Amino acid sequence: MTSNTAEHHVVSYRKLTFVWLALLVLTALTVGVTRFDLGGYKVLGALSIASLKSGLVIAFFMHMKYEGRLLRWLLFVALVTLAVFIGFTFFDVLYR
Amino acid sequence: MSQSEHKDYAGDKLGMWLFLFTEVLLFGGMFLLYAVYLARYPQEFVVGGHQLDVVLGAVNTVVLLTSSLLAAMAVSAIQRNDRRLAILLLAGTVLCAVTFMVIKYLEWSAKIRHGIFPGSPQLAAGPPGESVFFSLYYLTTGIHGLHVLIGATLLTWVALKVKRNAVHSGDFVLLENSALYWHLVDLIWIFIFPLYYLML
Repeated sequence: MTSNTAEHHVVSYRKLTFVWLALLVLTALTVGVTRFDLGGYKVLGALSIASLKSGLVIAFFMHMKYEGRLLRWLLFVALVTLAVFIGFTFFDVLYR
Repeated sequence: MSQSEHKDYAGDKLGMWLFLFTEVLLFGGMFLLYAVYLARYPQEFVVGGHQLDVVLGAVNTVVLLTSSLLAAMAVSAIQRNDRRLAILLLAGTVLCAVTFMVIKYLEWSAKIRHGIFPGSPQLAAGPPGESVFFSLYYLTTGIHGLHVLIGATLLTWVALKVKRNAVHSGDFVLLENSALYWHLVDLIWIFIFPLYYLML
């Protein structure tokens, strides 16, 4: 039987607010980093920070940190699918 | 009705997450198009990107992050059966959604007034890469905007259900799933913002 702890686990307003503050700081950081001419690192930097932000949203706002193995595993599968989708396309696109 | 309704909290949430994964692939497809065409038209994408307003984009990012905070708090509120607070938080989320759409309207209308829209004579006369950039911009932010409208409508409907006590601490998966949908809207924008407004 799936555990019911996820249903009963309440994320405190305090914790949610801290996550929000972290997200605001990361947003400011993204804007700051991309004001400089860093070439390809601009892309890497911006997308890395975006990934971190989305990690926080998924873990805390969407409750994934407190969910069971099935949901976390499915999320992983979905992300790998997306990575393959984009990555493998570039095996073709890059060599045209 | 003598028999109690069959509830499946875990199943309800699983179904919602599976649906969200299909949405990730939907927007993932649009990001893939962006990546491919950025590789083909790097300079034109930079020119296009610089015509977007970073301030408005940043404000909208903060608006959506805040809306996600409020929606997440609404879930905590309903778990504590604080229905009044849950409704207030949901109202706040919808208010953020409206703010987002107003700013989006300002952005789009400014562009359209300047002759920048899919199929416009001005874009047709310019380099193809710029047309592609703006087509992708309108497509992605358009479908995203549609999701904002759907999410806001959904959350309003759920708030009314909370008011009627049809959603409460004993049965709140509808609110939780609607909040999940809303967080997805936020997640998509978390990527749209750097891709279109910042890194070009």
